[in-house]
Amino acid sequence: MTTAPILTVQDLSAVFPDNNGGLRALQNVSFEICPQEFICVLGPSGSGKTTLLRILAGLLKPTSGKVDFGNGRQPRIGMVFQQANLMPWRTAIQNIMLPLELDGMDHDAAKERARKLIDLVGLQGFESSLPRDLSGGMAQRVAIARALIHDPDLLLLDEPFGSLDALTRERMWTELSRIWQARQKTVIMVTHSIEESLFLADRVLVLTQRPGRIKLDLTVDIPRPREDEMRYTSHFGELAKKLKEAIG
Amino acid sequence: MADALRNIHRNRRWLGLISLLMGLFLWWLVSQTANLPSFILPSPMEVWSRFLVALADGSLFLNTGVTLFEILCGLFAGAGLATVIGYLVAKSRALERVLAPYLVASQAVPLVAIAPLLVIWFGPGMFSKILICALIVFFPVLVNTVVGVRAVPPALNDLMHSLRATRGQILLKLEIPAALPIFLSGLRIGATLSVIGAVVGELVGSDRGLGFLINIGRGQYDTALVFVAIFMLIILALVLYGIVAWIESRVLSWQEWRSQ
Ligand SMILES: Nc1ncnc2c1ncn2[C@@H]1O[C@H](COP(=O)(O)OP(=O)(O)O)[C@@H](O)[C@H]1O
Ligand SMILES: [Mg+2]
Repeated sequence: MTTAPILTVQDLSAVFPDNNGGLRALQNVSFEICPQEFICVLGPSGSGKTTLLRILAGLLKPTSGKVDFGNGRQPRIGMVFQQANLMPWRTAIQNIMLPLELDGMDHDAAKERARKLIDLVGLQGFESSLPRDLSGGMAQRVAIARALIHDPDLLLLDEPFGSLDALTRERMWTELSRIWQARQKTVIMVTHSIEESLFLADRVLVLTQRPGRIKLDLTVDIPRPREDEMRYTSHFGELAKKLKEAIG
Repeated sequence: MADALRNIHRNRRWLGLISLLMGLFLWWLVSQTANLPSFILPSPMEVWSRFLVALADGSLFLNTGVTLFEILCGLFAGAGLATVIGYLVAKSRALERVLAPYLVASQAVPLVAIAPLLVIWFGPGMFSKILICALIVFFPVLVNTVVGVRAVPPALNDLMHSLRATRGQILLKLEIPAALPIFLSGLRIGATLSVIGAVVGELVGSDRGLGFLINIGRGQYDTALVFVAIFMLIILALVLYGIVAWIESRVLSWQEWRSQ
């Protein structure tokens, strides 16, 4: 890709205060992301993946280093967490409308857009269900719809399918990749599943054990749409092996 | 047998009423058989006719109104102040440290014991009752506000911040709805306590109110009047409790344990 990067991360480090000189979560992490790229961040647990996302989302100040969003302004962020994080007192559609409410959008217009997203994530008929009545997979779809509705510049996903069972998870991969192609978003997704990253990503960044540094930046050149069968190809096997070795 | 149990279960709406009627009957039975003078234990009928008299001469209406007014003022003032301070305390550990000794001390002081002091300072009028009422309501509402606001899930806070929500939006769309269940149960306790606060104040010294009626009744051996005042207080407390519980059920219908 020749387009200017939408996001440049330079020499990012994050140190959390603790009793012996600070806990280094991230160390000198640098990378660039082009518009509409789907990036997976892979790494052992505790390698600072969540910390990285929190910095990108503006929830945490880095100890040092720079995060630069192409045109200089703060990007609009859509975020999905490991748990769906829905507001239990809001119905599915009200949860999805939250970002537009915060933008001060007119209620009817917001509802109209939320309906489209309900269709996109396949939740027709559950608009007025409360979160307690949704399955894990459905709740996570609501969360994804909520992260998309305000047309964010950057979608940040932190192990969004980690709490789902294997079957639902694989169905969500297909869904997410369809949604991503329909919406043309830049995505950074944290995962600890090699398979998941190969299924979804254009590029995989592998972080080392704490403190996290970038150990491998792998381009995934498997053609899309990616089908279930791709995991039995030798190319998939080679990529998976490289990632596995990098994670160690 | 199982059928009978199921029937009782099905008709449990009536069980409360039946038990009340049985209580009344028992009271009547005791007042008839125990041969007690009526200034010790008036019969239900005596209390009822005393109620009608008090209703007719306007004294019941006036004194219930006064007590209700004190309760409502005290409840609003106490709960309002407790909500604001509770929110600030929940947000600021420093403020919590500053206020903690006073809050603990205010809990250690038995309000009943300082009620006379407040009446001496602020007179026998309604203001001292409102003050006692507000003080007694303050603490449970404060504690529940703090606990409620602190119980806001941090992940939802992250969500709001990632969406660049303003402070006001976080308060309105996250903190208030999330804290509401715990806050309202504090308010429910406060509503019941507020009745106690007002009456304690009136018993200590007043010239109006249901507590005043109780004092009058006691002084004149008009025990039926004491009963009437007590029943009015029970009704006031139940109505207040019911209003808060009703608000709870309306506002918190999303809560799982309420859907049953
Ligand atoms: N707010 C925090 N305060 C102190 N230490 C933290 C905080 N957040 C994360 N850490 C530590 O930083 C390291 C990286 O955490 P995290 O980014 O959550 O890793 P990952 O998401 O890759 O599992 C962990 O050792 C974690 O304990
Ligand atoms: Mg994590």
